[in-house]
Amino acid sequence: MSEKIVTLDDATFDEHVKSSDVPVLVDFWAEWCGPCKMISPVLEEIAEEQAGKLEIGKLNIDDNLDVTRRYDVMSIPTLILFKDGEPKVRLIGAKPKGQLLQELAEYL
Amino acid sequence: MDQAPAPARHGHLTTVTTHAKVLIAGSGPAGLTAAVYAARAQLAPVVIEGEPSSTSDQPGGQLMLTTEVENYPGFPDGIMGPELMSAMRSQAVRFGADLVTAKVSRFDLSGSPFGVWVGDPDAPEPTYRAEAVIVATGAQALMLGVPGEDRLLGYGVSACATCDGFFFREQEIAVVGGGDTAMEEALFLTRFASKVTVIHRRDQLRASRIMQERAMANPSIEFLWNTRVTEVLGDPKVSGLALADTVTGETSQLAVSGLFVAIGHQPNTDALGGQLELEPNGYVRTFGGSRSSVEGVFACGDVQDHVYRQAVTAAGSGCMAAIDAERWLEARGS
Repeated sequence: MSEKIVTLDDATFDEHVKSSDVPVLVDFWAEWCGPCKMISPVLEEIAEEQAGKLEIGKLNIDDNLDVTRRYDVMSIPTLILFKDGEPKVRLIGAKPKGQLLQELAEYL
Repeated sequence: MDQAPAPARHGHLTTVTTHAKVLIAGSGPAGLTAAVYAARAQLAPVVIEGEPSSTSDQPGGQLMLTTEVENYPGFPDGIMGPELMSAMRSQAVRFGADLVTAKVSRFDLSGSPFGVWVGDPDAPEPTYRAEAVIVATGAQALMLGVPGEDRLLGYGVSACATCDGFFFREQEIAVVGGGDTAMEEALFLTRFASKVTVIHRRDQLRASRIMQERAMANPSIEFLWNTRVTEVLGDPKVSGLALADTVTGETSQLAVSGLFVAIGHQPNTDALGGQLELEPNGYVRTFGGSRSSVEGVFACGDVQDHVYRQAVTAAGSGCMAAIDAERWLEARGS
């Protein structure tokens, strides 16, 4: 995994998304989800290319039910963009890179 | 499991037309088996493998949305769908197939070498020119097309049981459909849900006997016969379904927090733009193996098979397409 991607969990989530200087795109994922694996390499690329403008965090839903429930995640992959700790954009399902960037454009 | 054992290029960045002997569109069992055979035959195939999505036209095809595959020969203990596809991909790469993570947006099948566009379909020059084309774009799941379905997709409406079943622990949910896929999903979902109601518009199932028996024997699965869903209810999450009896017309509601749709598939033929002859049901028509109505264009897998639709038949037809393409290229001396 790219060293630019942070692993988030129930304990560190709030602190992290609130204190980050840049928007944080959180990937709600699980080991058993095929489409989650599909977008992994895409997120790695985005993390590298948008370094300094956007941070990417991964939250394993199996191990972190609190945050998963709080944001009513009911389908994975779900990507939620947080700015100053607030959810701003929610993207459900695997999507190609171009489309992801387009939907996040306002925050990049 | 690593999804991408080898780096893939993003084809839409290509600006000059690349020439290929064989181009394969699609990377499910059909496309990747065709790639293995074509690569071993020294045809250096380019595989346009698709783009990430959750609707089954993604790299790896429909098996990326499944869990355990029990009927692919050679795996007595079963194998996970994504794992099987990852292995097929590695095998194609090993023999020199060039996999490109992109989606074909347009074909020009007026004559060999055929034009293939990825990215902007209006670009003046195609991204690829290929002497032979193998269409292995597969099929994707149909949705119901009823009010509420789109709005609640991801909020209780799901097109992928394996992705979303987890979120319905101890809840009551519904599966729509009467085929093998619907039974597989219903059975899978009983791992999480307290009750799964299978809603089917007829009074009997299309599913194979073994799947019917398994579903009928499961105490957590109930059946609603002769019933169709007319609306998905709830805001902001699914709370229930509006139903109609297909015989009496009587309407009712069913309280559920999740809806999984498994009512069948449609072939992915949009990019073909009507240039290949299709069957009346929209699948690509093939002649004597994998030949399409256009010489030099071959079709395999679920884009042309509406009868068997198995991973192993798709793989077999991919092998046929690669051999047919190889012989066709040989015969014309290229």
